[in-house]
Amino acid sequence: METRLLEYIDGRLKEKEQREMEKHLAGCPACTVRVNEFRSVSSLLDELPQIEPSAAFDVRVRARIAAEPVKQDWWSWLGAAPRILVAASMLLLATVWVGHRKPDSTNTAISNTRDETQIIQDQDLPVLENYDVLANFEALTELSQPVSADDSSDQEM
Amino acid sequence: MARTDVQLMLDVKAGDEQSFALLLHRYRTPLVNFLYRMVRNREQAEDLAQEVFIRVYRARADYVPSAKFTTWLFRIATNLALNSIRDTRHQRMEVSLDAPVTVDSEEGDERPLDVAEKNPNIEEHLVQEAQREMIRHAIDKLPEKQRAAVLLHKYQELDYGEISKILSCSESALKSLLFRAYETLRVELAPLVALRAKS
Repeated sequence: METRLLEYIDGRLKEKEQREMEKHLAGCPACTVRVNEFRSVSSLLDELPQIEPSAAFDVRVRARIAAEPVKQDWWSWLGAAPRILVAASMLLLATVWVGHRKPDSTNTAISNTRDETQIIQDQDLPVLENYDVLANFEALTELSQPVSADDSSDQEM
Repeated sequence: MARTDVQLMLDVKAGDEQSFALLLHRYRTPLVNFLYRMVRNREQAEDLAQEVFIRVYRARADYVPSAKFTTWLFRIATNLALNSIRDTRHQRMEVSLDAPVTVDSEEGDERPLDVAEKNPNIEEHLVQEAQREMIRHAIDKLPEKQRAAVLLHKYQELDYGEISKILSCSESALKSLLFRAYETLRVELAPLVALRAKS
């Protein structure tokens, strides 16, 4: 009940609680004295005058506010620096490209090169086979040599 | 119609500096008075009040109106005041161990720069000032948390829920804290109460 005395003095009790407190106070001289003394203390506290902030107070606060760094969000900072935006985009693209490439190493690169050569050879195989046949075709060696200009001059002499 | 504190703070968050000036104007006097009564030094109180406003301004981007603006404001102020009192007490202990005893010059700073006294009677004025000093002294003697609770309850007229949030305690703990504080004040100021009753 004691701690509710302040609420009673402040008028912060609900209607029902207020009535209960008044009923209690009517039969309790000690609490009634306490309520009166608390009210006296509260009146004394009212006597302390307020002070006014000094004239320089607002000026000093405003100066400190003005000295505060201007906050910018991330996007506005990026917008103010287009070169950084381009560089960041290129870096992002490069990262994506590298990320999507197959795992790569020197050995696999060499073996890949060999594989590619083999594939080319396989593709050109019919041509090469034709060349071998023609180069070693004996019937062709038996044909007479074509007549050149030098040969005709020899005959005239 | 005047904008609420929360509306003003949301406008500050949106970049409206004028709204911050309105908040500063609205709370500069209550804040400086609260801090002055906590630390009993005008210059220190103004420095701390400045710091409170700067912290509010710095936190504007993250402001979410989840509680009353005054709860947030006085919570910052109370924490700063309690830290300052602890630091000052620590410094005083160090000084008292090392330095020779001198006349306490702080009393001059602590004298209130009140509105001009209207009472032409000097003797009456002196009596009145002595009684005020008794009241200030009684408040000063309260433990810091009790003092903060009384100041927020009596001078800022905040409700129990708000004060309990500022002091990071339950509402029932706050009621108990306030009761003990008023009990101490009742005992300390009993001679003054008796004097008033006679006159």
